[in-house]
Amino acid sequence: MGNNLDALTTLFTEFYYWVTVVFMFLIHVGFCLYEVAASRRRNHMHTLMKNTMLIPLVTVTFFFFGWWIYFAFPNGPFINGGINFEGATAARPWDTSMGTNLQDHISGVFWAAFLLFSWTAASIVSGSVIERIRSGAFWILAVIIGSFAWIIDASWGWHWDGWMVKLLGYHDAYASGVIHAIAGGFALGILVVLGPRLGKFAADGTPRDIPPHNKWLVTLGLFLIYTGFWGFYAACNVPIISPEAIGGQITGETWTATNIYLAPTTLSAITFNFLMSLSGGLMMAYIVSKGDPFWTYSGGLAGIITASAGNDLYHPIQAMIIAAIGAWAAYKLHYWVERKFKIDDAVGAVAVHGYAGFIGLVIAGFVLWGQPSSPYEGYATINPLGQFAGAIIMFFVLGFLPAWIGSKVLNSMGLLRVPEKVELEGLDFESEQEYQAAIADVVSAEKALVK
Amino acid sequence: MSTNGMSDWAVDLADTAAVYPLQGWEVPMFIIGLIFWIWWHWAQLRQEATEIQHETEADASGDAARDAIDRY
Repeated sequence: MGNNLDALTTLFTEFYYWVTVVFMFLIHVGFCLYEVAASRRRNHMHTLMKNTMLIPLVTVTFFFFGWWIYFAFPNGPFINGGINFEGATAARPWDTSMGTNLQDHISGVFWAAFLLFSWTAASIVSGSVIERIRSGAFWILAVIIGSFAWIIDASWGWHWDGWMVKLLGYHDAYASGVIHAIAGGFALGILVVLGPRLGKFAADGTPRDIPPHNKWLVTLGLFLIYTGFWGFYAACNVPIISPEAIGGQITGETWTATNIYLAPTTLSAITFNFLMSLSGGLMMAYIVSKGDPFWTYSGGLAGIITASAGNDLYHPIQAMIIAAIGAWAAYKLHYWVERKFKIDDAVGAVAVHGYAGFIGLVIAGFVLWGQPSSPYEGYATINPLGQFAGAIIMFFVLGFLPAWIGSKVLNSMGLLRVPEKVELEGLDFESEQEYQAAIADVVSAEKALVK
Repeated sequence: MSTNGMSDWAVDLADTAAVYPLQGWEVPMFIIGLIFWIWWHWAQLRQEATEIQHETEADASGDAARDAIDRY
C-alpha cells in the first residue's frame, strides 16, 4: 500500500469480499433447510450432516489444491499453453500469501469468496441424491466438484486469462455455467448411476410424487438461498479498479467496478438485473407450475441462473424475459426427463441449475453477440457458437463426465448406495433408536424421583 | 453484429454510458415487458378461477372442511 488512496482501495476491497462471504454463508444455510425439509423424517439427520460436512472437506481441499488450480490452469493446460506455475506461486498452500501476511490483504478474502462458490457447487448436487446415497460417497464426489471440476472450469472460463474467454469469447459473468450448469450436469452424472429412490416409479414406469415432509421449510430454504445469492453476485465483481491496473484497452482515468474478466460493469446494473430476473422467473414459474410453491421458488432461482451469464450487460427487461424462458424450460425439462429417463432428482437441481444454466449460456451468445468478452486485445468476441461450446464443456465435460466416472468407481466398490433395507428403515434408524431409548431412560429415571 | 455499438473496450469510461444490447429498442422492450405483466394477471386469474371451481364442487358432505377446521 503505497499511499492513503491505495490503502483505502485495498481495505475497501478486503472488506467488500469479506461481506460477500458472510452473505454467501446463507446459501448453505438455505440449502440445508431446504434439503432436510424435502427429505422424510427418518432421514433428517443424515441429510443434514451430508450437506454440512462438505463444508470442512471442500474447505481444506480447496486450500490444499483447489485455489492453486485456478491460477495454474487458465491455459487448459495444453490448449493455449502449459501450466502457469509462475502465476500460481502465491496460491500454493505453503506460500507466505496463504497465511497471516500484512502485505497481503486480499488473498484470504478472495480465496474465501471462491471457496463459498465451491460449497455452493457441491451443495447443489447434495439435494438431488438425498435418502439413498452413502454419505462417504457423496463427500468424495463433493470434493471432486468443489475443489477440482468447478475450479478447472473457473480457470478456463471465469478468469481474465482463461482459454475459453480468449478463444471462444465465452462470457458467463455471474456463473450460469461455471457454477450452475456444471453442478446440474454433475448431479445428473451421479443420478444416472445411483438410481431412483425406492417407490419413486411404479411398475409401469409412471413416476410418483414423493412430497417433502415440510413444504413450508422447503420454501424458507429457497428464500435464504435468494438472500445469499446477493452476496454471490457481489462476489463475482471486482469492486474498484483503475484502467491502469487493468492494463487493457480502456483509456482515460475513470475507475470502475468490473466483472471477473475485468470488463466494466456496475453494482447498480446487476441489482437491476438480479431483481428483474428473479421476478421474471417467479412469475413464469407460478403460472407453469399452477401456483406450486416449491416450483415457484425454484423458478425464481432458475430465472436468475438463466440470466446470470449476461446480467452484467443486459437491460433489465431483457433479464426478465430471459429469466421467464429459463424458468419455463427448467420446469418442463425436469418432468420430461423424469418420465423419459426415469431420473429421480429429489429437488429438481438438475433442471433449476443445470438446464437453466445451459440455456442461459446459449441465450447470452445470441443477445450479446459481437460484444467484447474482455478488455484485452485479441480476445474473441461473445458469440453463439462459443457460448454453446462453453455450455457443453460446463454441463457435460466438467460436470456430467467426472460425476459419472466417479460414481461408477464408487458403485463398483459397493460404496455408492445404501442397502435397500437401510433405505426403507431410514438412514437415521440406529441413531433414532438410541435417541428414543435415551428419552425413555431419562423419563423413567425422572419419574422415579417424583415423591 | 454487436447490438450495443461496442466491439472492444478501447473506450474512455468517462465518455461511455449505456452498454446494454439493443439500444434504441427500449420502447419496444418496455411494451414486451408490459405484455408479459398483463399476460401474467390474465393467466393467473384463469388458473385461480379453475382452482376455486374445483374446490367449490369438492367435499359435498362438509366432512373434509370440518376436519380442516379441527386441525386449525
